[in-house]
Amino acid sequence: MAQPARHAAMLSISNSGPNLPVAAAAADRQQPAQHIHTQSQSSQGLRVPSNRKTIYDRHLNRSRNAELSRASFAFLFAEMVTYAQRRVTGIQDLERRLNEQGYPLGLRLLDLLFYRTMSSSTSSALSSSSSTSSSPPNRPLRILPLLHLIHGPLWRLLFNRPADALEHSVSPETPNEYMITDNDPLVNTYISVPKEMSMLNCAAFVAGIIEGVCDGCGFEAKVTAHNQPTEMWPGRTIFLLRFGESVMEREKVLERAGVK
Amino acid sequence: MSYYFTILSPTDVPLFNIAFGTSKSGGDGIARFRFPDTAQYMNQFIIHSSLDIVEEAQWMNGNMYLKHIDTYPPASAYISAFLTPSGARFLLLHQPPQLASNSGQGAGGSGSMGGSMSGSLLLGSAGGSSRASASSIANNPTSPQTEEAVRQFMTEVYENYVKTVMSPFYRQGMEIKSPVFRGRVTAAGRKWL
Repeated sequence: MAQPARHAAMLSISNSGPNLPVAAAAADRQQPAQHIHTQSQSSQGLRVPSNRKTIYDRHLNRSRNAELSRASFAFLFAEMVTYAQRRVTGIQDLERRLNEQGYPLGLRLLDLLFYRTMSSSTSSALSSSSSTSSSPPNRPLRILPLLHLIHGPLWRLLFNRPADALEHSVSPETPNEYMITDNDPLVNTYISVPKEMSMLNCAAFVAGIIEGVCDGCGFEAKVTAHNQPTEMWPGRTIFLLRFGESVMEREKVLERAGVK
Repeated sequence: MSYYFTILSPTDVPLFNIAFGTSKSGGDGIARFRFPDTAQYMNQFIIHSSLDIVEEAQWMNGNMYLKHIDTYPPASAYISAFLTPSGARFLLLHQPPQLASNSGQGAGGSGSMGGSMSGSLLLGSAGGSSRASASSIANNPTSPQTEEAVRQFMTEVYENYVKTVMSPFYRQGMEIKSPVFRGRVTAAGRKWL
């Protein structure tokens, strides 16, 4: 209610609208924020879908248990790889582009993931499948909870199963390196890489998602995907997470402060 | 009670802000801050100055809702914060209505603890909310009821924020211009605050 009135008042400021003194005063008060309002005015010609339902009318849990057809995902992903392959200079460049495609997705999934865990914990009586935790989930503050978040809930959200392994680098020179293993990444199921590009791993896209999640949580990181086939799992992929200097410093401070 | 709500990106870019008043206890939903109309930037000033505290608190406490984190006594402005997991900050400044005798003094309200008294003496600028009892959320910015109401408000805004973020046309750090979003935040304010 207040919103249309304010817009009307702002429009009528110039011709001194006679009957809206209160609303005009409210608009005056808004002065610091006016740059935002004036811009939103131009969006008054907002186009609403024919069923009058905007994205704000749709429930975020509606598609929670819905599954995407694997064929359509494979097709879409193949197109994404083809798209990324245009005008690239090499394999690294291609992987970088796939990574960049995944990154914004990671930022979004993070918010969605928390929203869904939150709403399932408050209405756990309604849906039987939800977890039993009673308090809303905590934001990860240390590296380990973050990795567990990626390894468990994020992987389940994306692929309906947890990742296969989570390891810390054994080398003392690289304490900032962690590895998440997926024995058979879904994204690579229908990708056969030509021999001359054998270094390529299209799961760089998933690495981008992980990077987005880490960055979103405030853990600056570089994530790359590497092939590491075994006899049993020819498509085994390792996601290598390299956390930045600032993250490791903060980790030490938080450890001393006893933050979990 | 008057409210000023703002969303800041992880890199401190303001994405959204709105000012509104209480709709509880007969309030008309119009913000009446203690600053003169020409000094409304004070709200932004106070709210942004609490960012230091948010950044300290965010690594000590893993909750999304950080509760009431900062107070600016000269204007009796209280600030509550909510952090999304992806680093956006929701900050809400709330200011209890002023005593009638102080109205018009403006920003230098000299630390009056307005609003903690019973409402019968309040007149004038505080309007409908002046009839609120001392236990209502409008007059008691640090009470558990207020914390709970603010938490509910933040949670509802968060839901709408997630919907915004999920839009393929939205990139992180973009200003939120959707009038529908603004309407939803206004509605949430009316419902809880």
